[in-house]
Amino acid sequence: MYKYDNYDQAMVDTRVEEFRDQVKRRLEGHLSEDHFKPLRLQNGLYLQLHAYMLRVAVPYGTLSSVQMRALGDIADRYDRGYGHFTTRQNIQYNWIKLEETPDLLAELAAVEMHAIQTSGNCIRNISSDQYAGAAADEIVDPRPYAELLRQWSSFHPEFLVLPRKFKIAVIASETDRAAMKLHDIGIRMVRNSAGEIGAAFYVGGGMGRTPMIAPLVREFVPLDQLVTYAEACLRVYNRYGRRDNKYKARIKILVHELGKDEYTRQVEEEFALLLTQGIEPPLAELERIKTHFTDPPFEVGAPEAVDRSDPDFALWLDSNVEAHKQPGYAIATISLKPVGGIPGDASADQIRLMADLGLQYSFDELRVTHAQNIVLPHVRKADLFALWQQLEANGLGTPNLDAIDDIIACPGLDYCSLANARSIPVAQKLSERLAPRRAEIGELKLKISGCINACGHHHAGHIGILGVDRKGTENYQLLLGGCEGDDTSLGTITGPGFSEDGIVDAVEKATEVYLSNKQGEERFLDTYRRVGMAPFKEAIYG
Amino acid sequence: MKILTGNDLKSGAVTWWDGVQWSLHVNDAVDVGEHADAILAREQAAQRVNAAYMIEAEKDLEGVRPAHIKDRIRALGPTVRADLTLKPADPEARDWVI
Amino acid sequence: MGDVQFRFRDDEPVSDPGVTVDVFGAQTNAAAVRLEPGDDARDLLPHLDRLKLIEVNFPMFTDGRGFSSARVLREAGYIGELRAVGELPVDHLALLRRCGFDAFAPEPPVNPADAENAFARWDDVYQPTTDGRVPIWAKRHG
Repeated sequence: MYKYDNYDQAMVDTRVEEFRDQVKRRLEGHLSEDHFKPLRLQNGLYLQLHAYMLRVAVPYGTLSSVQMRALGDIADRYDRGYGHFTTRQNIQYNWIKLEETPDLLAELAAVEMHAIQTSGNCIRNISSDQYAGAAADEIVDPRPYAELLRQWSSFHPEFLVLPRKFKIAVIASETDRAAMKLHDIGIRMVRNSAGEIGAAFYVGGGMGRTPMIAPLVREFVPLDQLVTYAEACLRVYNRYGRRDNKYKARIKILVHELGKDEYTRQVEEEFALLLTQGIEPPLAELERIKTHFTDPPFEVGAPEAVDRSDPDFALWLDSNVEAHKQPGYAIATISLKPVGGIPGDASADQIRLMADLGLQYSFDELRVTHAQNIVLPHVRKADLFALWQQLEANGLGTPNLDAIDDIIACPGLDYCSLANARSIPVAQKLSERLAPRRAEIGELKLKISGCINACGHHHAGHIGILGVDRKGTENYQLLLGGCEGDDTSLGTITGPGFSEDGIVDAVEKATEVYLSNKQGEERFLDTYRRVGMAPFKEAIYG
Repeated sequence: MKILTGNDLKSGAVTWWDGVQWSLHVNDAVDVGEHADAILAREQAAQRVNAAYMIEAEKDLEGVRPAHIKDRIRALGPTVRADLTLKPADPEARDWVI
Repeated sequence: MGDVQFRFRDDEPVSDPGVTVDVFGAQTNAAAVRLEPGDDARDLLPHLDRLKLIEVNFPMFTDGRGFSSARVLREAGYIGELRAVGELPVDHLALLRRCGFDAFAPEPPVNPADAENAFARWDDVYQPTTDGRVPIWAKRHG
C-alpha cells in the first residue's frame, strides 16, 4: 500500500500546523464560528449531538496494522474507547474535544493518516473496492488511480469552495463492489479494444434527497489524461452547480437539469482547453504510485485444503470468506455486526486486535468496507481456522456477510444532529429478530438511514429503511428493491410509515413473502424483481 | 418553558443555560422567557457557548424535559450506550429520553 | 468596497473602478471590469488585451465560483492585475493566490500577520496552476 514520501509527509504536517493555528485563532476570538466552521469541516471535525465528531480518512479503505493500531489508541486517548466505521470506508470518533484535535491530528500524521477533506464542500475521501488487489475479477488494482486522484484533490485551490460535497469512487472490475454509480463521479478502469487500460467516467450519481444513478459520460479516458478529465468535470460543476438551494447543489442535479449530453459537451469543451495547460502528472508518477501496490510475497503452493470439521468455523468459512486470485489464499471479512450490536462500531481493544491479525495473517494490510465491516484481503487458507478462533473469541466472528443481520446503519439520532430518527435501535431489534433465520433468508442487504441524507445508503438496500420525523415522533419508511451493484437500482417505498416496532414486523413480513414466493436459488432481491411490490404491500399492510 | 442549549466551544459538551452560566445538566436549565435572543447573542459573543439555540421544554417532577427527543438525547447521551450517558447506572434514564 | 490590502505586482495599481461586464461591453475605452459570481469569465476573453484590471467579487465567501473565473482568465493568457474583492477570509488568501489573483481587497480587512502566515504556509503544492509553482509530481520526476 501507498507510503508517504517526504513531500506527502510535509503536506499532512503542514496541514496540522495550519489547523492548530486556526483553532488557536478561534479560541482566542479572532475567528468567528461562521468562518471557522468550513475550516474545521475540511479537517473532518463536526459539531454533533454530544460533542465534536472527528471523521478520519482511510483512503480507498486501505490501512496498515500500524495505522489500525493508532486508530485504536486514539479511541482510548482522545475518545471513549471505541470508533465507528462508516459507509465511506472512514472511521468516526464521537467525543472529541476541539482543543485536543490538533494533537490528535499530529498523532495521525505520524502514521501517515489524516482527516483532510472528510467533510465540507470539497472533494472527499475517494473510495474503492474492498477486495482490490485480491479479487480475481479486477483488470488492474484500482487503488493507484485512487491515490493519484487523492493527491490531485487534496488542497486543490480551485475546488475547496464547491457548491456542495463531492464523492468519488474508483473500481476496476465488472462487478461493482463500491456502489460506484451512486457517486458524484464513479470511475471504472476498463480495457479498450486495443487492450489499453483507461477509465470510464460516470458522473452525477448520488443518494440523499434525490437519488440518481450516474450516467456514463465518457467511455474511455486514457491513463495520461485522467487528472485533466477529472479537473474538467469539477470545473464545470464549480462554475455551474446550483448554489441557490442546498438540497439542489450536488452535481447530480446539474447533470440532470442540463441533461447528460449537454453536461458532457461542456466537460469535453473544458477538457480540450485544459489539455493545453500541462496539469497532468507524467505517467512516471502513476508508475511510481503503482510500485506501492504490487502483490505481497505470496507463498507459492500454499495449501488449498481447509479442515471444515468445526461446524461453527464451517459456517463462517462459507459466509465470510471469498475466493482470492492467488491459489491457497482467501479474502476474509471480519463482521462488525454482532447480533444485537451497533453496526460498524468496534472497541479500542477490538481495533488493536484486528491490527494484530492484519499483521499476522494478511501481510500487514486491512480494508474498511462501505458495508461497515473490515476485510483481511490476503489470508492463507491454512491460517483461516486460527484467524477465526481469535475473531470468535473477541466478538468479531459473526458469520453474516451480506446476510440480513449484516445491517448497514448510519449513527442516526443517537449521535447525529442531522437525523430525524434513531437508526441503531431499529438495527439492533431487526438483528435480534431475524439473525436466527439468517441462513434461510440468505443474501439480503438491509440498510437504514436516520434521515434523508441517506448516509445509511437506504436507497440502495434490497430492503431500505428511512427514519423520518412525523409530527415530533420517530417514524420509519420501508423501501424494497434497491441494489448497489452493477444492476444498480433505487428502492421503492412500500407505503405509509411505521413505528419502531412496526418496522421490525414489516421487515419480517417482507422476508416471509420472499420465502413463500422464492423460486429456485433466488435471493430476496431476485424474487422482489420478479413478483413486484404487490404481494409485499398486501402482506405488510393487510 | 423556553430554555437555552448549546455546546461548549472547547470540549463540545452539551450545555444548558442555568441563569448564570452554562451547566452540563438539563435539570439546571431555566426559563428565559423573552430574553433568549439577548442571552444567546451575549454568551456566544463572549465564547462561553457555541451553536446555541432556544427550545421548548416542560418542567415535570423529575426536572426539565426538552420537548423534542433530539434534545433529550443531547441531555442524556446515546440511547444505545447507557455507559456513555450522564446516568449510566439509571435504568429508567432511557425511558425518559424516549 | 475595501482597499487593496495585499498586492503582488510591480506595476502601478490601476485606479479605474471596475465596471460591470454589461457596461464594459458597451464602453470601448474601459480598462477595468468587475466580475460577479454569476458572470462568465470567458465573455472577457476577446478583450483581454485592453484590460488592465479585472476585479472578481466574492459577495459571500461560501460562493467559490470566483476561483474558477481566475484560473480561466489566467489560463487564457491574461497578465493584467487580477484582484479579489469582497468577503475574503484569511484562510482563502493562499488558495486565491494560487488560482491567479495578485491583488486582494478584503472587506472587512484582515489581520496582516495572519495573512502573512497564510501566504507563506505551504512549501509545496500537489497541483500546478499558472502561478508557476512546481507541483510535487514534477519535483519527484525531475
